[in-house]
This record gives sequence, structure tokens and C-alpha cells, in this order.
Amino acid sequence: MLRIRNLSGYYGRIQALRGVSLSVRAGEIVALIGANGAGKSTLMKAVSGLLEAWDGIMEFEKVSLKSRKPPAIVDLGVSLVPEGRWIFAPMSVRDHLRLGAYSRRRRSDTAAIERDADAVMELFPILRERAAQAAGTLSGGEQQMLAIARALMARPKLLLLDEPSMGLAPLLVEKIFATLVQLRDQGLTLLLVEQNARAALRIADRGYVLETGRVVLQGTAAELLDDQEVKRAYLGRDYREFCEGRD
Amino acid sequence: MQELLQYLFSGIANGAIYAVIALGFSMLYLATELINFAQGEFVMLGALSFVTFWTGFQLPLGLAFFLAVLVVAAFGVLFERLAIRPVRKPQPITLIIITVGASILLRGIGMLTWGKDSYSVPPFSHNEPLVIGGAALLPQSLWIVGIVLVLMVALQLFHKRTLTGKAMQACAIHRQAAWLLGIPSDLMALLAFVLSAVLGAVAGVIIAPITMCGYDMGTMLGLRGFCAAMLGGLGSTWGAVVGGFLLGILEALGVGYISSGIKDAIAFLLLLLILYARPSGILGTQAVHRF
Repeated sequence: MLRIRNLSGYYGRIQALRGVSLSVRAGEIVALIGANGAGKSTLMKAVSGLLEAWDGIMEFEKVSLKSRKPPAIVDLGVSLVPEGRWIFAPMSVRDHLRLGAYSRRRRSDTAAIERDADAVMELFPILRERAAQAAGTLSGGEQQMLAIARALMARPKLLLLDEPSMGLAPLLVEKIFATLVQLRDQGLTLLLVEQNARAALRIADRGYVLETGRVVLQGTAAELLDDQEVKRAYLGRDYREFCEGRD
Repeated sequence: MQELLQYLFSGIANGAIYAVIALGFSMLYLATELINFAQGEFVMLGALSFVTFWTGFQLPLGLAFFLAVLVVAAFGVLFERLAIRPVRKPQPITLIIITVGASILLRGIGMLTWGKDSYSVPPFSHNEPLVIGGAALLPQSLWIVGIVLVLMVALQLFHKRTLTGKAMQACAIHRQAAWLLGIPSDLMALLAFVLSAVLGAVAGVIIAPITMCGYDMGTMLGLRGFCAAMLGGLGSTWGAVVGGFLLGILEALGVGYISSGIKDAIAFLLLLLILYARPSGILGTQAVHRF
């Protein structure tokens, strides 16, 4: 579905990605893990069109993403839930959902969009309660749910999520990740960037480990969870014990 | 009492015009964080094109009004496309200086097209003043206030009820986030330019019958509108309205009770005061930094 070959990405004169290759098949959750500054977010920005300076091949369903701007990429069926959520603080939850469907304003009628809004509020019931509230008054977890719901309103085929667990309590992370699995089971494809490697690999089908702009390891999620290198570098014994103690 | 009423009448009519110009500033600022110092020249272009269409070509009032607004909207599009969009590193200060340059250019165009003479047009309807409480109220004032009210309600509906209005707000709050939803932020900026040009044009058309229209009328009107926008709080719709009326009324009272010589000074005094005491304006803080 998504095919990336030899991707290099630049911020000004800094090269943040050095020849990354990866692919995402329809219907799977792929986790992209790595430390700070490994290039995970840069990759997400490149796929979604926010990063213009990149070389290599990026194709979504055989269509090249070269020199496409974000709106054109949304039209192809790729939506990004950005790191830091980027919600519109003074606007209401309902407005966010309507704006999420902006790319469909000509293709779908209002009734279809309303039905989809209902469906995402089914997925995140708290959003229904907060429908009329300004998004800035929501808690961090609720804002993350809103950001995901807003992206879903565009009816993407591939959902990119950049650090959806950032700054959230473990219980909330579990809840959001469970929803992601639910979305996968409904047929959505997800590419997930996470520093919380264990949580991400638990729900993922496959994973890639990124280090200083390169893919250093790839495999099924189970393989990566078991890999000694990954354990040492990203999972951390203490954290693992903490996680398992909670189960 | 009768005097006060008279001053209020003229203050409200002028204030309505300042409010529309201020709305033009505010609307553009909200969408692009840009202060367009050529806003006053849009007013001038609106007034002078209206003069040409109505008294020059003898077109019906409504059509002349519409065409004048259309001409200025076209200037708004050209302005955004030719002067603002191509800027490679769009820093606010660069863009603001560009708008100052554009205002000089537009004034030049105005002078070459209409010459250095001043024009006047008759009011929209008959000119018998209504006498209320011993004070004369010009029918044109009613036209002005009525048109401004309609405009404000329409603008409010656009922002609150339409998807495009909301998309424009979203662009203003977080351009990249809006972009990721498929909202074409460059088109939204263009739309904001056109709308603010239209607001300027309407101000120009409705003020034409109560003032002398010349190529140099825009500067002072633009500054008053800017002052009104700052007074109410830049970026706040209702702030622009409150600021406009406040400025208009204070000006009228100042002219009436103190001296007609200080009319221009009042706007600048208020601007200085507001910049010292409350730079965010009367309604600014609550509206802009609510969260």
C-alpha cells in the first residue's frame, strides 16, 4: 500500500533521513520505533506532505507522492495525526469533526458526514459528551482522541500516527491503542510512530527500528519484542517489569 | 442635549465606517497575522470607482455599488497574488513593509486614474434630514448604519455557520494542522484578502456621499480603521465594531465640545493611549487568549 525506497529527508542543510526503505501492506499495523531524533517524525512529515525536501521514492497505492502538498495527499487517502495533536483550541469538538471531513465536502453529502461523526463518537464516547465544548478545555487524552477522530473523518485508507501516547497516563494509552486495533480490524491500515516501543509492538503486526535516520532492524512485532538489541536499547528491563506488573 | 444628540448621530455614522475598515484589518489579521496598511487605499478605490460608475457612467445605484466592490476585490486578488504570495521568506515585518509599499502604489494608481481633484456624489436617497429630538439625522447615516449592520451579521454567520468560515479560522489558529485536513491554506489566505478588500470597498462606497472623495482620502481613513481595530483588540470581530463606534463617537464629541482642529489628533491620542495602557485592546485578551 505504502512503499518507501531509499528516502532521504532534509531540514535545511541537516539530513534527518538517510536512505530509509519500508513498506506498509493493506490491513496491518506497522510500528516505527526509535529514540529521539532518529528521524521518525521526519518520515511522517515526508509521507504526509509537510516536509518538501526529500529524495527517493514514495508511493501510495502505486501513485508517487513526489511534490504533492498535504491536501493532495489527504485526497489520496492518507491522513496524519500529528505529534502534539495540533488541535484548534477555541473551536468546538463538533467543529473539529466537520473540518476533519473538509476534503470530502464535494464528494459526500452532509448526511454521510454526520453518520461518520456519529461513528467516531461511538469509537470515542467521551467526544459525544464534549461535542459542544471548546477543544482547548479537553484533557490531554481527550485531545488525542479528538485528533484521531478528526483524522478519521477524512475517511483515510492509511492512518499515520505520530506519538499518540505522548504525555498520556498508561491507562489512557492502553485505551487508545485498543481503539487502534479495533480500527485495524475494521480494515484500516496504520503506521504508528512511537517512543513507547513496548506498547506499540504489542499491537503492531510488523515493526521497523530507526536509528540516526536509518532502518537498523525490521521484522514481525514478535521478533522485535524478543530481540536482545531492541530489549536493551528501547524496552528496558525496569520498564518491562513495570508494564508486566500492571497486566 | 440637542447638541449631544447631534454629535452622537454624526459620531455613529462615522463610527460605523471605521468599524467596517477595522473589520477588514481584523479579518485579515485573524487569517494571516498580517496588518495590511493598504486597507485605507481599498476604501479610496471603492469610493472613487463608485463615483465613476454611478455619476460617471450613470449606472443604477445597486449596480454601481456592486461593480465598485468587484473592482476592489480584483485589486485584492492581484495584491495577494503579486505582492504577498511570491515573497520567499514571509516574515511578518517584511510583509507589513510590502503592504506599506503597496499603499503608495495604489495611491499612485488612484491619482493617475482620477486625477488630483476631489469628487462628491449625492446621497443614496433623498436628502431631507430627519429631525429627532431637535437634532438632524441624515438619511445617508441610516444607510450607513444599516449596511454596516447587515455586513456584520453576514460576516458573523460566515464565521460561525459555514464550513469555509471555519476552515479559515482553523488556518488562522494552526496553518499546518488545517493543511493536514486538506484545507488549502493558500486559498484561504487569498479569500481573506478578498474579503478584507470587499470590506474596505463597502466602506468607501457608503462614505462617498458624506465626504470629498480624492486619491488621498485613504490614508487617514485607513489609520482610523487601524486605530479602531487596535482599540477593540486586533483579531476580534466585535472588538473592531466596538472600537469603530467608540472612535467615531469620541471624535464627534471632541470636535463638538473642544475644537474641530483636533479631529485627526483624537484617533492618534487614542491609539497611543491604548498602546501604552492595554496593547491587546478592549476585547483583545479575552477573545484571543481564552485558553
